[in-house]
Amino acid sequence: MSTFVLVHESEDCIGCQACEVHCKTNKGLGAGPAPCKIVAVGPVAAAPAPRVRFVFLPCFHCADAACLNACPTGAVRRRDADGIVFIEASVCIGCKSCIVACPWGAAQWDPETRKAVKCDLCKDRLDAGLQPACVTKCVTGCLSLSKAAALPDDRRRRHAAALAAGIGG
Amino acid sequence: MTVDSPGPGTSPRSPTGAHMSSAREGGGADGSRIVNSLCGMCATHCPIQVEVREGRAVWLQGNPNDRTMGTSLCARGAAGLTLEDDDERPRQPMIRVGARGAGQWRPVGWDEALDYVAGKLAEAIGRHGSRTVALSDRGGHFADLTRRFLRALGSPNYFDHDSSCASNAHHAARSLFGLGRAGLSYDIKETRHIVLYGRNLVESLMVKEVKDFIGALGKGARCTYIDPRVSLTACKATRYWQIRPATDYALNLAIIHEVLADGLYDRKFVARWVSGMDYLAEAVRGCTPEWQEAHTGIPAAELRAFVREIAEDAPNVIFHGGWMTARHRQSFYVSRTAYILNVLMGAIEVPGGVVLAKGPADLGRKGLNRLTAGMPEVREERVDGAGRRLPHIDPAAGLLHRLFAAMECGAPYPITAYVAYRHDPLTGAPDPEAVKRALDRLDLLVAIDVNYSETAWYSDVILPETTYLERGGIIATLPGPKPAFAIRDQALAPRFDTRPAWWIFREVLRRLGLGGRFDFDGIEDIWRHQLEGTGVTLDDLRAKGVVPLAERPVLFDREDGLRFPTPSGTIEMRSAVLDKAGLPSLAPFAAPAELDEGEFRLLFGRTAVHTHGQTMNNPLLHDMRPDNPVWMHPDRAAALGIADGDAVEISRGGTAVVTTVEVTPLIHPEAVFLFHGYGRTVPAQTRACGRGVADQRLQTGMLHTFDPAGGGSAMTETIVRVRRIEVPE
Ligand code: SF4
Ligand code: SF4
Ligand code: SF4
Repeated sequence: MSTFVLVHESEDCIGCQACEVHCKTNKGLGAGPAPCKIVAVGPVAAAPAPRVRFVFLPCFHCADAACLNACPTGAVRRRDADGIVFIEASVCIGCKSCIVACPWGAAQWDPETRKAVKCDLCKDRLDAGLQPACVTKCVTGCLSLSKAAALPDDRRRRHAAALAAGIGG
Repeated sequence: MTVDSPGPGTSPRSPTGAHMSSAREGGGADGSRIVNSLCGMCATHCPIQVEVREGRAVWLQGNPNDRTMGTSLCARGAAGLTLEDDDERPRQPMIRVGARGAGQWRPVGWDEALDYVAGKLAEAIGRHGSRTVALSDRGGHFADLTRRFLRALGSPNYFDHDSSCASNAHHAARSLFGLGRAGLSYDIKETRHIVLYGRNLVESLMVKEVKDFIGALGKGARCTYIDPRVSLTACKATRYWQIRPATDYALNLAIIHEVLADGLYDRKFVARWVSGMDYLAEAVRGCTPEWQEAHTGIPAAELRAFVREIAEDAPNVIFHGGWMTARHRQSFYVSRTAYILNVLMGAIEVPGGVVLAKGPADLGRKGLNRLTAGMPEVREERVDGAGRRLPHIDPAAGLLHRLFAAMECGAPYPITAYVAYRHDPLTGAPDPEAVKRALDRLDLLVAIDVNYSETAWYSDVILPETTYLERGGIIATLPGPKPAFAIRDQALAPRFDTRPAWWIFREVLRRLGLGGRFDFDGIEDIWRHQLEGTGVTLDDLRAKGVVPLAERPVLFDREDGLRFPTPSGTIEMRSAVLDKAGLPSLAPFAAPAELDEGEFRLLFGRTAVHTHGQTMNNPLLHDMRPDNPVWMHPDRAAALGIADGDAVEISRGGTAVVTTVEVTPLIHPEAVFLFHGYGRTVPAQTRACGRGVADQRLQTGMLHTFDPAGGGSAMTETIVRVRRIEVPE
């Protein structure tokens, strides 16, 4: 399991899909593959105003990764240090086993290279001390990269602050 | 090495965004460099940073030297990289060889293209005088350049595209405050309640504005959103009113009625600055909440509750005056009453309200030297009459549809040459066939554009402009509570045989023997001229991209420090300028035409992944939203036997288009809705051509229907019929 989580504060998300384009341009991808995707649930009519929920779907970098288990060539790999699951393109033969296996639809087909591609948490940027492309350039700043272990405490603190400010509940 | 503890998010709710990593930190070692510039994917011109490696742009992000911007960038801004790589744009000058619009071109060199344009201009000017040349662009930060070009030519006929955009809001602000729309800014970040009349902050997206909006909501601000369509902004609002189309003026008259009746207005501010309160009281007489309910469908009780709430939140409230207000023939009055409500709430020059935009002069600083400075003014009357025959219309903007009227009928004088610069009236104006009838009268139609716009494809000559990443542009002043200078710097060498606009204008003038009126050697020469004496150096500006002229937002003293350049110097509920034009300052509400069973009002709007028709062929953006099904309410669909996903024909008069239908309660039953910009017809744009349908094509006969007081086109008065059709497999 990756030690990182990409946190998406849906409340602040505007569904602008900029993150998708940031991810794609950073990876040099053309039309088609989207390593992360914003899925809108709604809008649904409600009083006093309609509501929509945006769900941000990158890769979850599962501990028991179906894509990794399915890959016949060992192209899908996991980094020991932080558990990031990524595809080593030079080893990918384009068999699509990972795309079929992933229950979340995270692995994508790239018609240009005829190989699979997926979110690698922008590991090259992380290694250079930078934040992922989607996090860096999200329009409203509703994406962040966190440590899975730290997240519950962050959430508790925020919830407590909101309660104290009288706007939570 | 991996990151141990990633920094906090850049959420507006946790304003600890200082950690934002810029490419500058990571780049450098591998020979990359960072260029500070301005985005060109929409007219907002957000500050950006471009990371360039081996002559290629490898990374675009917001320029964090602008704190609100941070490193954020929208989808279109990010797709600037794919615009750069796209070959489906004009790559060298082209002269038309077939009929207009037939798409037969002869690629030529710049000398030949410019000789041709200058030759035709000289001929036209020789025959009809300089005033026969007109130019339009999209206004905004860089219009000083096009104005200089026209002034050098000696023509008064500069037009921005506002008659199909913000004209009504602009003139409403002028009639009330003496200041144009850009003379007012909204402090969204600090507001307690923002009221939006279809101003779709989330999808007609400007990065800094939407960040402020989401930030304000996070701090508990309220938002009332009024629109016949549920946009994504409606989904962020705390109150949504699905108003009946074209009745928003009735709503505002009733709100004002309640505010006056209950004495909820800021008496001190009104006594100090406002004239014509009796006129206002008279204008809203009888406009009760019950009266408006019959027109708008908004329950009277809800309106009353809203008025109580907004009075509680005053003065830190905003009634947004609107932007795209070319909607119906009373849209001017909708904007005007929205601005009036700000005044009544005392929401002028307060945090979280409407703040007068400050220029350098307001801070005791010297502004940019204008390019038009020193150039003799053109005394000739404008062909649209703006400023004289139409005293209430701003001659600095003009009315584009009146230009087309003059083109077509040759009165009050002939317009025979027209330059469309970065502007596509065949997409933006209603009824492209009517626009073409006007264009057909021209002896010369030139398009200067980065893209194959619909207008470029119809022109005689295409002069391809370099992309925004490949050109330097004139320095812009960004007015606001905290004005700034901003620069578009050249990041890349042009991929194709294209040129920046300033060069094109200079070369045309030189060929006309007017080179002395634009004697700049290069863009750096222009920059130095602009900056001289301002105290800001070119090095500063290039190092930061944006240089603010004040430390923090400036608020004038509300007792003595405000200036309203109306004839009376007050905020005029009854406008002396409108009186002079013979127009009411507040007309009685005119109810929209009744529809018969098969009829709908055609509404249009924006998505956050496209800029008008400009980005439809961008490889990535096209892929995200390739077409535009028409939205229809379930009740109406059922009555017409239409099911979700059916193919339908939308028609008006002899014009019909075919698309699929999305049946959804998110649209008012009286209307159908289309996203704008689709239905491109240029075959050279292989991705976008023929995908989706163009709302403007259905606006037949609407080119000359406009709000007389504000000049804006009445596009949403377009009534269409919809029927299900069988599409052969
Ligand atoms: S860029 Fe940010 S705000 Fe926009 S859709 Fe993605 S997560 Fe949401
Ligand atoms: S972390 Fe990187 S690869 Fe993963 S979704 Fe975000 S931008 Fe794409
Ligand atoms: S809003 Fe988006 S497209 Fe427009 S200038 Fe800003 S980043 Fe560019």
